[in-house]
Amino acid sequence: MLADRSIAFKLIFVITLSGTLIFAAVLGYNYYRSRLMLQQELENNARNLALASVYRVDTVLTSVAKVTEGVARSLESGGYTHRQLLSLLRATVRDNREIYGCCAAFEPLTPHARPYGPYFYKQGKTLVYDPEDTFQYLRQDWYQISRELGMAEWTEPYYGDNGANILMATCSVPFYETTNGTRRLKGVVASDVSLEWLTELVASIKVLKTGYAFLLSRNGTIVTHPAKDMIMNETIFSLAEARNDPGLRALGRKMIRGGTDFIPYTDITGRACWLYYAPIPSVGWTLAVVFPEAELLAQVKRLSLTGAAMGMAGILLLTVAVVFIARSITTPLYGLAQATASIAGGDFEVDLPPVRSRDEVGALTTAFQVMKGSLKEYIARLTETTAAKERIESELNIAHDIQMGLLPKNFPPFPERREFDLYALMAPAREVGGDFYDFFLVDDTHLCFVIADVSGKGVPAALFMAMSMTLIKATARQGIAPDEILCRVNGELARDNDSCMFVTTFCGLLDTETGELVYANGGHNPPLHMKRSGGISWLPTSGGVVVGAMEGITYRRERLLLEPDDSLFLYTDGVTEAMDLRDQAFSEERLERTLALLCGSGIRETVTGVMAEVGRFAEGAPQSDDITMMMVLYRG
Amino acid sequence: MREIPAARIFGVARLLTAALIVALAAAQAFAAERTLKKATLIPLWSPQAQFAGYYTALDKGIYRKHDIDLTIISGGPNYSSATYLAKGKADFALLWLTTALKEQAAGVKLVNIAQIVQKTSIMLIARKSSGIRTPADMNGKKVGLWGGDFAIPPHAFFKKFHIRVHEVPQSYTVNLFLRGGIDVTSAMWYNEYHTIIDSGVDPDALKVFFLKDEGLNLPEDGLYALEKTVNNDPDLAREFVAASLEGWQYAFAHPDEALDIIMKYMRAAKIPANRMHQKWMLARMRDLIMPQGNTAGYGRLARSDYETTARILLDNAVIRKIPPFDSFVWRPDAR
Repeated sequence: MLADRSIAFKLIFVITLSGTLIFAAVLGYNYYRSRLMLQQELENNARNLALASVYRVDTVLTSVAKVTEGVARSLESGGYTHRQLLSLLRATVRDNREIYGCCAAFEPLTPHARPYGPYFYKQGKTLVYDPEDTFQYLRQDWYQISRELGMAEWTEPYYGDNGANILMATCSVPFYETTNGTRRLKGVVASDVSLEWLTELVASIKVLKTGYAFLLSRNGTIVTHPAKDMIMNETIFSLAEARNDPGLRALGRKMIRGGTDFIPYTDITGRACWLYYAPIPSVGWTLAVVFPEAELLAQVKRLSLTGAAMGMAGILLLTVAVVFIARSITTPLYGLAQATASIAGGDFEVDLPPVRSRDEVGALTTAFQVMKGSLKEYIARLTETTAAKERIESELNIAHDIQMGLLPKNFPPFPERREFDLYALMAPAREVGGDFYDFFLVDDTHLCFVIADVSGKGVPAALFMAMSMTLIKATARQGIAPDEILCRVNGELARDNDSCMFVTTFCGLLDTETGELVYANGGHNPPLHMKRSGGISWLPTSGGVVVGAMEGITYRRERLLLEPDDSLFLYTDGVTEAMDLRDQAFSEERLERTLALLCGSGIRETVTGVMAEVGRFAEGAPQSDDITMMMVLYRG
Repeated sequence: MREIPAARIFGVARLLTAALIVALAAAQAFAAERTLKKATLIPLWSPQAQFAGYYTALDKGIYRKHDIDLTIISGGPNYSSATYLAKGKADFALLWLTTALKEQAAGVKLVNIAQIVQKTSIMLIARKSSGIRTPADMNGKKVGLWGGDFAIPPHAFFKKFHIRVHEVPQSYTVNLFLRGGIDVTSAMWYNEYHTIIDSGVDPDALKVFFLKDEGLNLPEDGLYALEKTVNNDPDLAREFVAASLEGWQYAFAHPDEALDIIMKYMRAAKIPANRMHQKWMLARMRDLIMPQGNTAGYGRLARSDYETTARILLDNAVIRKIPPFDSFVWRPDAR
């Protein structure tokens, strides 16, 4: 997928992605660490804040408990009058700012005892005397709990029914008398405390923006809370029940048992918070401080956001830089690609992008420039060469035509002569060849025929061939024997033969009346004698020296009497040395076999049949040498 | 000639129909207003789910549907429903069967017009940590008891199991028990039991004794009226009972709506209102009002329960004779 994209895209994609990932990892770690550090600091702050508040509350409540205890102890000592009791209670209420009211309720000691419970409470700046006149108090928490437990106790918070709905709590202390060694409960001293100051104190605990504190009683009842609806209506356990949250119930149990902890907590609105709680020892209530996590982490979040913004800007900048670099690389490359396309189209005049830098791209451009020059030069040379070659080719074609024109090509050549027939064929390996054949009547009864193969190939061979052919023809017309012909031609050719070329020649003179063949061989392949009876034999030759190589050579004159319908098959080594793809030669044996198969066919069919067999044998391998064949039939 | 568009004709027709409906409704309301009978009911306590049926019937207009313009007197610690009924300050009152029998013995001519709560909800609760496992273990222990008729079932319980306990008067809170001032506390299943749970004591830390399971089923909340009230206007009593029972059925069928209603009345009366507590209470009221295997029928007092209760009162010398069931129970369809 990425492989198909441009270098610029790849660079931008990979670098931007890597940059973003690295940055995100750093930012994430930073956020995590900061958060952890903040949490630790928060826990310290929470503890300090909660413990300071607890201390303030506890100091007040402890002092109330001590005053109440003092009253109880002084009542235990006995020996006071009703008036003295009243003045003690009055002084207690008056002199203690925190005490709202104070009561000394007495236990009925006889079945007919009357209720006795003098009570003073504050109303504005005055004190109201409101004694208990029924035994109702005997079944009230403040009386009963102290009485049954035999010790100082605080009641659960309650709404006082004296006047407005004021949240109150009562500290009660039992007092005893000892007569005759038995200790009996005399009654209970109770001090009422308005919890308004406590509510205000707890409400004044502000943590961050929306953090808050709340107070739980010993039963888990919510005594103060920013959500006013919950005050005295809900317990932490009813909240747990409503939220179906056993974890909260377990937390509540830990809290009311006087535990202290700093834990994650989900508040009533479902916010993630941290909660610190600690007991108020004197009353057994629990102060809890709630820290909203979101606010707590706001600063870290803001820092992280700023960091993220900076990072984004940085990555953007990086991207721009990458784009710039990528363009500085790809623009010349693109120019080069365009120029190359033009060059490929043959336009060497196109301008390459200028070299602006000494970097790899610059080097590449310079290399391209050099390459362009070389190519241009090369092409120019090539064009020149091609023109020359074409000229030579056309000349060669003309030469070919001329060479072919030299060879007699009308078959049958002497249609009026019934006593013999002749067919010949030449296939040059190139435009012009070094083979040739010729035949002509020397006189009415003598047919001279020649087959020759010039050493070498191509134009030199063709020129030598033309020269040899003309010489042979001119010499033969003088009516001399073949050996003499070769001898003279050799003399002519060998003289001034600087190029050391030569020609193998077979020259025959057939007496058309008698069938006597006189021949001489100048180093040529011996022809095949195909008898009418079907026998094929190599013509016995002395194997004379090639013609034109050196002066002063004599050739042997040989004779053969042809029977009527005997024929001679003459060829050049292009036939027997034709190669197939495995570099195997056609060979004399194969030629002999081929001719045996073609025995009985006409001379034209035999020659073209051999040619076809050679073509089949070569299997498309390029022809390496000129192929020439000639067949002479003596009919008698 | 101009054609009147069909839509306009329909518009006029619709207007006429609407006017007719309004007129009819007004006439009906006027007629209904005329025939509404004023009546008052005093429950046993201030508003809470124990009385959800009556408040729901009031709020959903069920009493109105039965041609009754009902006022519910908000009860509480300073209001005795028995006194209100005896003095004629309320037409109808909720009383426990024990209270009603006591009142009758004291000469108040009242009749049971419906028995709502079939079972006694009173129970005794001990902490398992106190070692109390059986009723016999309570012997000599401090047991919190409410005064008055609330003490009758526990007393019958102690008598049944031949135990003597150290009785401690119990207030309206369970704090004395929670602080460990007493070993056993009296509790209503629908009320104090849940308060204890919601004060952080787990149910499996408690050993509970249901009095209804100990052969001491003393039916609680019943609807009562003075004999003369039902004689003067039997229709009113009949419709009142029907509407009250319908109210309970509605409350049980729509507990969330019933809770909304009861919470509304609680707030109006400035009473601490805890929805989860009221939800518990309403669910338990259903168990007590429509218990499994109730032979007497919904809203009816079972003769056997009546006899058991009266026998216990007789044995404890609260009453001297058992009044005949048929004269104690007033059934409009029986006459």
